Amino acid sequence: MNLLWLQSGGCGGCTLSLLCSDARDLFGLLRDAGIDVLWHPSLSEESGAEALEVLEACVAGDMPLDILCVEGAMLRGPHGTGRFHVLSGTGRPMTAWVGDLAARARHTVAVGSCAAFGGVTSAGINPTDACGLQYEGAEAGGLLGEEYRDGAGLLVINVAGCPTHPGCVVEMLLSLALGSLQADDLDALGRPRFYADQLVHHGCARNEFYEYKASAGKPSDLGCLMEHLGCKGTQAHADCNLRPWNGGGSCTRGGYACISCTEPGFEEPGHPFARTPKVAGIPIGLPTDMPKAWFVALAALSKSATPRRVRDNAVADHAVVTPAIRKTGLK
Amino acid sequence: MRLTVGPFNRVEGDLEVSLELAEGRVAEAWVASPLYRGFEQILRGKDPFDALVFVPRICGICSVSQSAAAAAALRAAMGLAVPPNGARAANLLLACENLADHLTHFYLFFMPDFARAAYAGRPWFERAAARFRAAVGAAPPRLPGGERGAAAAQMLPARAVFMRLAGLLGGKWPHTLSLQPGGSARAVTAAEKLRIHALLREFRAWLEASLFGDTLEAFAALDGSAALWAWADERRGGDLRLFLEIARDLELERLGRAGGLFMSVGAYAAGCDGGARGGRAPPGGGHLFAPGVWSAADGAVRPFDPADVTEDISHAWLDGPSSPAPPFDGHTLPAARKEGAYTWCKAPRWQGRVVECGALARQAVAGHPLARDLVAGGAGSVLARVVARLLEIARVLPEMERWARALVPGEPFCSHGAMPDEARGVGLVEAARGALGHWLVVRDGRIANYQVVAPTTWNFSPRDAAGTAGALEQALAGTPAAGAGAPAVQHVVRSFDPCMVCTVH
Repeated sequence: MNLLWLQSGGCGGCTLSLLCSDARDLFGLLRDAGIDVLWHPSLSEESGAEALEVLEACVAGDMPLDILCVEGAMLRGPHGTGRFHVLSGTGRPMTAWVGDLAARARHTVAVGSCAAFGGVTSAGINPTDACGLQYEGAEAGGLLGEEYRDGAGLLVINVAGCPTHPGCVVEMLLSLALGSLQADDLDALGRPRFYADQLVHHGCARNEFYEYKASAGKPSDLGCLMEHLGCKGTQAHADCNLRPWNGGGSCTRGGYACISCTEPGFEEPGHPFARTPKVAGIPIGLPTDMPKAWFVALAALSKSATPRRVRDNAVADHAVVTPAIRKTGLK
Repeated sequence: MRLTVGPFNRVEGDLEVSLELAEGRVAEAWVASPLYRGFEQILRGKDPFDALVFVPRICGICSVSQSAAAAAALRAAMGLAVPPNGARAANLLLACENLADHLTHFYLFFMPDFARAAYAGRPWFERAAARFRAAVGAAPPRLPGGERGAAAAQMLPARAVFMRLAGLLGGKWPHTLSLQPGGSARAVTAAEKLRIHALLREFRAWLEASLFGDTLEAFAALDGSAALWAWADERRGGDLRLFLEIARDLELERLGRAGGLFMSVGAYAAGCDGGARGGRAPPGGGHLFAPGVWSAADGAVRPFDPADVTEDISHAWLDGPSSPAPPFDGHTLPAARKEGAYTWCKAPRWQGRVVECGALARQAVAGHPLARDLVAGGAGSVLARVVARLLEIARVLPEMERWARALVPGEPFCSHGAMPDEARGVGLVEAARGALGHWLVVRDGRIANYQVVAPTTWNFSPRDAAGTAGALEQALAGTPAAGAGAPAVQHVVRSFDPCMVCTVH
């Protein structure tokens, strides 16, 4: 399968994240799965005119394009011209190239939240009129439009995340190479369900603090980050605490809140990222699928039952009270 | 004859280079950054701490550097001090990214050019191709047995294991939020301190076996070009010696010559190795690699003052006052059609002059004899830039070992404070590619202005109002360029390790 990878209104971080894959031989793995990377801006041999020959052959249909991966948002501005990113050496806006190539692609993949939904590039006043391939924030549409289907009849596959986890990109590519990806393997936002059916909360190392609502008050505290420091792990769709980053990390393990970077519109939460918005002292964003009354009742109960160890450690940057040693057997 | 080269790949981001050719050489060059995203517009009006979320996402390869610069700008605005552990953790995280970037540049971006068919027939070609042929490409596999260079498949796992340090200290890479104005939100436990030690040891072993073919200390001790070439002649293997063999054959010390002024804002907080005070020494505000502007002509180091920095927009697709502005007063207003403009990049100047930044500048300013000797004759070169990066790996990894050893689990990693409603601050960091500055203005508790001047903004600057070309534009002049695929032009451009997504943000 031929794979073409393009970058536009993003930071290149999804590619750099991919290079942190724990595969012993990332490119060998893809090659042995039958994936030939025709061109990738950071990695390919070909440059300049040779690279353009590859792109033009794909647009003309002379070279089959099985997988089109796009990283970075689509910059439609200024005034619909696409001139905020003219692909170098071509004089043509990247939006035009992506449109032509997506029309030929058997599968079209948005790598990262920028390509999927617009992401950080569309934040603030959205100076470049940035959008995703098939979404503008949570609204279907984007550059290719709601009606777009790839050669296999699928919507754009949105491997959302800022950045994407290398494992998610590799597994998505393998599922395409093995022909196993079906429409119902994607969630309602086009994200592969193998990671998007999880919550960041699942496997969070701060779980005991969450259980007792023993909350961190400032950066570097060990406690739960939800009540005060803006954490959205109980609502964010991703498997970051089950599929560790860079050997064993995650945002919450790194000492900071989940900002729900796989979600359309995460870049404009309507509040400072590191501060939890509350009404009458209760966080507005409650855990997904949790009725509010139950949450309030359970939170009050668990707070009153918090062991001293959990309460004291929550507001320290290292464990100041260790767990008591007990015999767990029956005799 | 005018030639346009693009898309210029194996750089970070999109780049277009236009060349005016005369008699088979580049007479004049214009460097264009074709992508604009508008981070400086996006940040206006936001909560100052939100910068910590946005600015790392300027760049996926210099993400920690951007994060560190934002934290430093906020810190300056808040008047905070960092506890020693916080400075050590921040140094380790930044060094991890910088060293990994140097490695990525050498193995994935730069060396594959020597494995291109244009060099078939050179005495080293078969070895270069077997080792460095680009990891992916459209051309059919050519070499029997190992169609792609073997080095990338060995380097990437070593790099990924080294980056576990970023996972430990930053949660993930890229785009961490661990770095805070007061230090690090990720305190290290005693067990994790040992794990850091093990990771550094593993990376050192790989570097010494595969890249250097020698100890890091032995390479870092080389004191000039003569010592470097004598070292290259030792038949002890390592990818660096293969590069030096190629560099000698192709005379890369004569290629890409430019500059005369080399700038560094100072790298890595000093006083983090514990020293005589048993790991409790507060960072004294100094640097491991000193800041300054080194003139190759007179050998003097002049002090670097951020107040000496201005940005000129005369050749950028930007609106605003025509006179160069200090970043605190800078504007970023796109103007897609503007007479005489050819890039989205502003033209930063130090005291009105063009400077080069990067590992070569950092090591030359800091006074390393090899870096200074490689700039003999007053100009940087492809050879000097590449060697300086690898020299820096050899110098910094032992420092990382000392910083890790000096961590004191149980003592604070982060201090805390509040942001005044009215404040300003400059955050200066040496990223892998050179000097990175963030200029922050806070008014009414919100970001009133946020200006970023990145390393490749300096190096890939366009002409200024006086018509003075930027560092790469100068370095390309005189480069042999027989045609569009001219390898020499590729070497010169990549020798700067450009990061285009930082350049214009």
